[in-house]
Amino acid sequence: MLYTDLNHIETAADHQKVVSQNENVMVICGRMGPMCIPVYGIAEELSEEYKHVAFYDMEFDSPEAFVIRNIPEVQGFMGIPFTIYYKNGKVVKATSSIQNRQQVTAILDEHFAQ
Amino acid sequence: MNHYDTIIIGGGPAGLTAGIYLSRAKLKTLVLNQGAIGGQMVLTHEIANYPGVENISGYQLANIMKNQAKSFGTKIKSLGKITELDLASPIKKVSIDHSETYTADSIIIATGGRSRTLGVVGEDVFKGRGISYCATCDGDFFTDKEIIVVGGGNSALEEAVSLTKYASKVTIVHQFDHFQAFEHAIQEATEHPKIDFVMESTISGFYGDEKLGSVDILNLKTQQTERKNIDGVFIFIGYVPNTEFLEGKLNRNQWGEIEVNTHMGTALAGVYAAGDCIVKKYRQVSTAVGDGTLAALSISSYLNDLKSKN
Repeated sequence: MLYTDLNHIETAADHQKVVSQNENVMVICGRMGPMCIPVYGIAEELSEEYKHVAFYDMEFDSPEAFVIRNIPEVQGFMGIPFTIYYKNGKVVKATSSIQNRQQVTAILDEHFAQ
Repeated sequence: MNHYDTIIIGGGPAGLTAGIYLSRAKLKTLVLNQGAIGGQMVLTHEIANYPGVENISGYQLANIMKNQAKSFGTKIKSLGKITELDLASPIKKVSIDHSETYTADSIIIATGGRSRTLGVVGEDVFKGRGISYCATCDGDFFTDKEIIVVGGGNSALEEAVSLTKYASKVTIVHQFDHFQAFEHAIQEATEHPKIDFVMESTISGFYGDEKLGSVDILNLKTQQTERKNIDGVFIFIGYVPNTEFLEGKLNRNQWGEIEVNTHMGTALAGVYAAGDCIVKKYRQVSTAVGDGTLAALSISSYLNDLKSKN
């Protein structure tokens, strides 16, 4: 259970719905650990600023997280969280491990510019 | 109106505690925070020794402190890059990203610390692609693989032992000829059949394609470098205070820690510091809370004196 203030994706069907129904989506797939929590915190803060982006998290250890773990863009990843950015249903960027606020906003500004 | 009685830079346990005390004393208080509220506290999976709370995650404790501070009136804002900082004038000034400017009669620096990195070629490139700073987070990616642990303190040795659950072999690379860890941690690591040691050495470069494939190990005694194929590297080489932005503005020691008196006051009037960024021996949530309390009470007294003089 991820006890963050973000919206949670719990199933593959949820994931499909979120990605298809929102133009800009950021999904953080991780655990409640030291590399993941700061990224959730950044997303929580940015959700007030980036209203045109849908921010979600998903439990890395859930069997349903195959929808994240199996995408080609994360195959070299060896550190959680896997953070995936979708535009119009397509992966436009994926990062591995902890990121700081500047790194996240740089991606949001590049790929989800209004 | 961007003027406050106090600006607190940093939203860890020291900064939030100061926020609670100052707001409750009806002082207009702003916390400028970068990253997740709670600082290093949120990185702790379980806190079992915080008085009055039997067992809680760092994340939950941070949220309670944040809500407590907000309930008394503390404003919390997300901090970008500090582009201007005036600590010496009677009115303190903090500018963020060249756009927003905040002023205050007093200020608390409570910026905490962060994990130290090696700062060598390839480290940024392969973070999350073979380089990790957290064994419990990423250990299972290295099942049946050969890894290196860099460091010689308690964290490095304990995490090296825990990583043997996954890795086929663990090599500890340490810059000195001895360890700075408790004897039981040294004994457990040195007696472990899966752990080898490369002493008086460090990693000077990380290489690979999509993920980490090899490292350069520099022998600090002979200055010779050896390229070694490796699947993963875990780095545990201590913490550094987040005080670089104070260069030339506030007294810091050789490690960058801020020098304070017993009331958390610095050499500058109206400028206080608290938590992991100050000179001290023991860094715990409870000691940060104590520092934050002292800084807040000292500021209350300082601001009262200011008012009575004006």
